[in-house]
Amino acid sequence: MSDGVEGKALDVLDSQDRARFEQLVLPHLDAAFNLSRWLLHGRADAEDVAQEATLRALRFFRGFHGGDARAWLLQIVRNTCYTWLEKNRYVNSSTEFDEELHPQPSVSPETLAIAGDNRERLTRALEELPVRFREVLILRELEGCSYKEIATITSVPIGTVMSALARARQRLQRVLTQPAAHQKEEAGRDL
Amino acid sequence: MTCELTQTVLHGYLDGELDAARAADFERHLISCGACVAALETHESLRSSLLHARLYERAPKALRQKIQAQLGPPGRSSVVPVRNAVPWRWLAIAATVLVAVSIGWLAVSLLNGSRGEYAMASAIVDAHLRSLQPGHLEDVQSTDQHTVKPWFDGKLDFAPPVHDFANQKFPLQGGRLDVVRGRTVAVLVYARRKHLINVFIWPTTEPDSEPHSGSQLGYHWIDWRKGGMEMYAVSDVAPDDLTELQQLLAQ
Repeated sequence: MSDGVEGKALDVLDSQDRARFEQLVLPHLDAAFNLSRWLLHGRADAEDVAQEATLRALRFFRGFHGGDARAWLLQIVRNTCYTWLEKNRYVNSSTEFDEELHPQPSVSPETLAIAGDNRERLTRALEELPVRFREVLILRELEGCSYKEIATITSVPIGTVMSALARARQRLQRVLTQPAAHQKEEAGRDL
Repeated sequence: MTCELTQTVLHGYLDGELDAARAADFERHLISCGACVAALETHESLRSSLLHARLYERAPKALRQKIQAQLGPPGRSSVVPVRNAVPWRWLAIAATVLVAVSIGWLAVSLLNGSRGEYAMASAIVDAHLRSLQPGHLEDVQSTDQHTVKPWFDGKLDFAPPVHDFANQKFPLQGGRLDVVRGRTVAVLVYARRKHLINVFIWPTTEPDSEPHSGSQLGYHWIDWRKGGMEMYAVSDVAPDDLTELQQLLAQ
């Protein structure tokens, strides 16, 4: 994006709008960065995309008529992330909600507590999840969004948020308790 | 042993998204369903792991600066790139405070003769923003009030009251020293869901006062005096949540 384009975008906002933007939207910059960090594949990309999304939000700000500013910003961040992912060929539509629906016996809390007691391992497990699973978990567990907010941000009917979370949690448990092949290799190398 | 509800309602229950009637139905179901009880425990364990792993990544300072630079100082139509980022950033924030807080608010505070208070609120919001930069939040990181309280000993000329309110959903996260308008103050950090609340504490000789609240830059604050201590709670949580913590602290 060129400075010229940004300049034009900013020109249409008067100082009052800009102050409102700073007051309503900028406090959610952490949320914007956290979401892009978890949807993308590196902090540098996340920083670029969060910046692009925030400036895009500024351009669209005239169209924001109050309500939940965090959900509004995160919706823009999420769309910007998906555009980036598509451009960089990370999104494969076949990895969307194609999980089997039949219930599986759950893992014991003890096993999971041991597996989850490691920041690096949790990070890796989250990063291994398909992006559609990852986003609902990040929004719910890290960002503390309500189902209604998650529905707004991810553009799905509110009725599907619960089952999306169910599948995402089940998948995360599985990744955590069944170490991937490369983890086993690493363990082997250590010996 | 499996149960269809582990794929659906159980999650609504876990997330507090069921209405009272459906939650009660599910609780009755739990009495007789081992699969759901086990799944609930597992999901709670997973949630607690996610919560304690500190996976939330806050916006880097550079990002904040870049956006502030694009936004430019309020009142100008052209985009001025910010070069000397650090001093400019605080100037930009100070300028923002002036615009963001409407003239009406300013007029009210001037009428009340509380110009000093307005400046104090700005200083507190600035300190809160500073604390959110990576590595600035806590000097002592502990959810145990018996660890946090002794940590302040010898570092301050007063003993701040330290209480954990985990049972009231405000778990203590830790504490630090900060400097607000030239004086060293104690800061307690509490969490509310994913939000952080800074409580600034310093001694005062002024009499006790009723809580007084306001907001700047989208951050809310409440100020009060009790038992020779002045306290300022500041956060981006909803004002109601902040009031709830204020009531706990003032008990």
